[in-house]
Amino acid sequence: MSFRSDCVHACAVFGCLIGFLITMPGISFAAGALPNAQSKGEWRGEFAPEFTAFAHSGVAGQASESLSASLRLEGWYSPDDGRNTFAFVPFVRWDQRDPERSHHDIRELSWVHVSGSREIRAGWRQVFWGVTEGIHLVDIVNQTDAIESVDGEQKLGQPMLSLGIERGDQMLDLFWLVGSRERTFPGREGRLRLPLVVDSDFARWESSKGRDRQDLAFRWQWNPYPLRLGVTGFSGTAREPELQPVLTGKGVVLAPYYPVIQQLGVDVQVTQGDLLWKLEAIQRNGGQRNYHAADAGLEYTQVGVFATQADLGWLLEWLYDSRNRKAATPFQRDLLLGWRVAFNDVASSSLLFYVIFDPDDGEQLWSLEAQRRLAEDWQLALEIRQVAGTAAPQSEAEFLVAPDLTHALRPLAHDNFARVTLSWFF
Amino acid sequence: MIGFPAVRVAGFCLTLLAVFLSPALVAAEKSGPVDVVARGLEIMRAADARLHGYTDQQVSLEMTLISPSGGKASRALRVQSIETPDGERTLMVFETPRDLSGTALLSNNRRSGADEQWLYLPAIKRVKQIGARNKSGPFMGSEFAYEDIVTPFVEKYSYQYLEQTPCGELTCDVIERKPKDEFSGYSFQKVWIDTTHQLVRRIEYYDRKQTLLKTCTASGFSEYQSKYWRPAEMLMENHQSGKKTVLRWADYRFESGLSEQDFTQNALMRSR
Repeated sequence: MSFRSDCVHACAVFGCLIGFLITMPGISFAAGALPNAQSKGEWRGEFAPEFTAFAHSGVAGQASESLSASLRLEGWYSPDDGRNTFAFVPFVRWDQRDPERSHHDIRELSWVHVSGSREIRAGWRQVFWGVTEGIHLVDIVNQTDAIESVDGEQKLGQPMLSLGIERGDQMLDLFWLVGSRERTFPGREGRLRLPLVVDSDFARWESSKGRDRQDLAFRWQWNPYPLRLGVTGFSGTAREPELQPVLTGKGVVLAPYYPVIQQLGVDVQVTQGDLLWKLEAIQRNGGQRNYHAADAGLEYTQVGVFATQADLGWLLEWLYDSRNRKAATPFQRDLLLGWRVAFNDVASSSLLFYVIFDPDDGEQLWSLEAQRRLAEDWQLALEIRQVAGTAAPQSEAEFLVAPDLTHALRPLAHDNFARVTLSWFF
Repeated sequence: MIGFPAVRVAGFCLTLLAVFLSPALVAAEKSGPVDVVARGLEIMRAADARLHGYTDQQVSLEMTLISPSGGKASRALRVQSIETPDGERTLMVFETPRDLSGTALLSNNRRSGADEQWLYLPAIKRVKQIGARNKSGPFMGSEFAYEDIVTPFVEKYSYQYLEQTPCGELTCDVIERKPKDEFSGYSFQKVWIDTTHQLVRRIEYYDRKQTLLKTCTASGFSEYQSKYWRPAEMLMENHQSGKKTVLRWADYRFESGLSEQDFTQNALMRSR
């Protein structure tokens, strides 16, 4: 995996930081205490075994059920009441079927220094940009850990040096991104993949420096009530590789190709009481073709709906991609309709249900995510994803000769699944 | 239950009676006509002065949720606030239950004008600006709504003085207040304020149908730095559901040198 080379690189830059973290256990921790003490810190963790059942066995004969488990630790330490904070968040997953999904990552290994309205951050960090629920277009700082979840919300740690300034209702964040990470993909035994396997061993980059190219990004935010406007920019190695078939000793595989791109984005939210208006839009230049894309919509919340304590949220979003059928995403002229329920009960029960459908070709993606607390430190989560209105998956040969661009969800047609995760927090 | 006109008449009569019986009160109010609105506002301003003017404060909060059958669940959070020229900023960081640990809520509460809230979700490092109506829903599954927990501003209600009545060993003025905020979950509240320290001892919350919904009782008041009075415990009883929530406030710290930089969106994302 790319992790090792990133480690070598970033360790050189942030070596002192690691040295500091190793000394952490020697310091007495006041977990969860108020900052009475000069120094404070804490270790937390989440252990999450999961069981996934697919409606069919895979097109390439993959198993129809699978066990997996992940462990995420989070340690942080501040010697001086938050002026300097060190954080370490390692993540590891084991998967019964797919050796590619058994992977590990340093989500965070960072130092943050606060001085007045300025923040200096160094190390591996996670940064989220955006406001919409359907797709996350402007969110580009971190590479997606795509074998973790299909919603793209799990990210790999990104080594960076960053400066943040916040004054009044404005914020500016500048990023120097120290190299880039490669996207993770399911292996031959994995599910939720294209008919051909993406093999990262054959990854190529447009930049002669490969994954070590130094990239730049910024985000400026203006947040006067009721507006929240973000303008973002990125110049560097794309997070989304182009996939090109290559003949190798292992047969035909898809080789990821990472072009150098420039991207400008805006994210906008207007907050009017229980109604939120949302927009994300990008213009991306570089790679196979320049394009623009947008996700625009609203979220309306009915507080105390049906005379209960529950809140019901309505989600409506329009997803657009100017590449249309040639888009790397299945959502190029699609509509998202969804409901979010917060039960506001002792168990913090909640669910999110949505369908994304393509009015042109009838393809649909149905999704349900629900969770509730079972006991003080235990949480049960259920995830169901179904595609409908599409044809049966193509075989490797059909996909190689004439990939069906009209039915972008077709490769997932046999991958409808339900996943139960039991998380223990400690 | 008690309707509005009845309350108003009763309050007015009691005030009149008090005026006739108490020469001191007549002297105090001789500058204008006896007015239940003005008197209510005057007492609330005195109570408000007890709650504000703290510059900045930090406190840890433990919530115990009690079901009608006696089942208990608890939550712990840290709360810090700072006074700003137009109101107050509050940052709440959840510690337990552990699945919520690190989740934080930043609020900009204004004396007049719209409040703003940002929620930080640490699992995906996302800050969401959320709608103002969330304030009337249950806070963390408790019997407290968000609007019951924040320090109320005098400007956000209109007042009617009702009566004076014994409360424990003290005497309390009872004032009815109506929220001006259309998103509030209440039609009105009755507030008991003691005449000795001007502290809020008890609040009855009436829902939008003007039915008694909840009663909050505060106890264990202490004086910090010889000027800030704060309760150690608040008990909220929901009369319609039979559920209860106990808030225990501990480790109060005032004037500890927090600045507005500790209440920015970057500060929200630094919450642990």
